[in-house]
Amino acid sequence: MAAKKNGPVIALGAVLAAGLAAPLVTGSPLGFYLEVLIGGLMAGVLYSLVALGFVLIFKASGVFNFAQGAMVLFAALALARLAEWLPAWIGIPAGFPALTLAFVLAAGIMVGLAWVIERIVLRPLVAQDPVALLMATLGVTFFLDGFGQTIWGSDIYKIDLGISKDPTMILESMFQGGILVSKEDLIAAVIAAGLVILLALFFQKTATGRALRAVADDHQAAQSIGIPLNRIWVIVWAVAGFVALVAGMVWGAKLGVQFSLAQLALKALPVVILGGFTSIPGAIIGGLIIGVGEKMAEVFLGPPLVKMWDLAGGGIENWFAYVLALLFLMVRPEGLFGEKHIDRV
Amino acid sequence: MTTPLLSVNGIEVIYNHVILVLKGVSFSVPEGGIVALLGGNGAGKTTTLRAVSRLLKGERGEVTKGYIEYKGERIDALTTYDLVKRGVVQVMEGRHCFAHLSVEENLLTGAYTRNASKGEIDASLEKVYAYFPRLKTRRTSQSGYTSGGEQQMTAIGRALMAHPTMILLDEPSMGLAPQIVEEIFEIVKDLNARERVSFLLAEQNTSVALKYSNYGYILENGRIVMDGEASSLASNEDVKEFYLGVSSGERKSFRDAKFYKRRKRWLA
Ligand SMILES: Nc1ncnc2c1ncn2[C@@H]1O[C@H](COP(=O)(O)OP(=O)(O)OP(=O)(O)O)[C@@H](O)[C@H]1O
Ligand SMILES: [Mg+2]
Repeated sequence: MAAKKNGPVIALGAVLAAGLAAPLVTGSPLGFYLEVLIGGLMAGVLYSLVALGFVLIFKASGVFNFAQGAMVLFAALALARLAEWLPAWIGIPAGFPALTLAFVLAAGIMVGLAWVIERIVLRPLVAQDPVALLMATLGVTFFLDGFGQTIWGSDIYKIDLGISKDPTMILESMFQGGILVSKEDLIAAVIAAGLVILLALFFQKTATGRALRAVADDHQAAQSIGIPLNRIWVIVWAVAGFVALVAGMVWGAKLGVQFSLAQLALKALPVVILGGFTSIPGAIIGGLIIGVGEKMAEVFLGPPLVKMWDLAGGGIENWFAYVLALLFLMVRPEGLFGEKHIDRV
Repeated sequence: MTTPLLSVNGIEVIYNHVILVLKGVSFSVPEGGIVALLGGNGAGKTTTLRAVSRLLKGERGEVTKGYIEYKGERIDALTTYDLVKRGVVQVMEGRHCFAHLSVEENLLTGAYTRNASKGEIDASLEKVYAYFPRLKTRRTSQSGYTSGGEQQMTAIGRALMAHPTMILLDEPSMGLAPQIVEEIFEIVKDLNARERVSFLLAEQNTSVALKYSNYGYILENGRIVMDGEASSLASNEDVKEFYLGVSSGERKSFRDAKFYKRRKRWLA
């Protein structure tokens, strides 16, 4: 029985692994291969961050938060514009000091947003049909997209973290030609990893983190011992908002803050399907798998396909994640790490 | 007469705006008492406890008549959080441990409402372990994998961590072996005697509940049909017959006319 259930997953895993190994077998230079792999991991880290915000909210309140991508854009816009405006407003030096203050203010804005969402969206709709809540988060998405433009503007803005965008060579002695990685990507990965560790500590070691996990497990019981659900919701939405800010900052620094960020962030959806809606490790690993998978597919699968069928080529990156998620939905709807239900009474 | 710790005065509870479940329930719990609320399936015991602990709202229920006082003050407008802070905690029917948290983490969540120092919390934890030594040996286990008895102990221990004056205990005997039930009730008695925690105890298991409580109320169809000292209830013929499953004469069948007549009196 168990084997039967795991069979398709193992098969899918084998295909993925084979796909990963294929370029090497077919003679891609190792250095270049590793470059692609690292590039994929970097993109994956960002997907992981967005997916993480998504999972947090889903676990604590059962709300399927469509607005996570919009929150990334909104936070990034706030950060970029505040960093730009603050020097003129209060005379703080532009550059790092302004950016730091802007980050703190943007974090405050995301907390305020969490509070408002709890007040006017979640509280009135709780105990209603889950579909109502889903629609409400869709509403929040469009509101944030539009309102964000209203206050912050709709151009492409820069976030300058002061890190050189020039790629550096690493491991030159080990590989012919070395591996090209951008410093910015490395720092992004470090920031993301730091955030994940911070969150893990928060959830495992603090009383509030414990209360959040308790609510995720059994919100009625949590309520019965006096844990106020409203407060918990504000906290998780605020944490998700903070995660969105970090993702928006890193992404915005790389690609510029623009509307397409929200769409990019939507890739968190296939990530959580892959990793499981309730699993924090699933969000992280799912993000990495999708990041690497789509880069590999784009670079190594694209060209042969083009040759074979005379296609226009390109664009694999855009649909790969969704197809992978679809396959997963068919063979393992609970995702890779979907929470084990402990059924014992 | 001193004011009781808890007094419930003629409350009516309606679910979903239409389902009338409690039809004027009144009772009280004295300071330091163990009061049993008895009755069969669907009598309204859990609903009564929820009305006291302010957990009705999440169930779309509402107290539409009557009022509840704790230490002489009305608690109608309080939230569960406020009430837990004042010392009233409900232990839910079916235990409801946090399955993915360890036993110790479960206990610690119980102290959420307290602004206590780490030292005080640790002291409370040790106290809970002293009453439930079994929990100490299981402290690092995920509580979803502990036994039913251990889960019930975890749930009670978790409530104790709030430093309560009063615990609303909903069917602790549910699904447990008789000797575990006795073990748990012995601890309840102990907590009552040594920690001065008062208990309002909802139970279907009438014999055990009456053995360990001082006073009992019998609830049927949302009304209190009888009340009295635990010992006198235990020896009451009707109670014996309908709730303890024994009768003085030969066993009455359900169709027995006398049964019906008495039953009807109770339901009226
Ligand atoms: N959330 C709810 N919505 C609607 N009706 C409810 C709800 N909860 C309970 N009821 C109804 O209220 C009545 C009393 O239920 P309650 O759970 O209080 O009984 P109980 O005495 O605790 O029973 P048991 O011993 O089976 O736990 C039942 O008829 C039940 O169907
Ligand atoms: Mg009940």
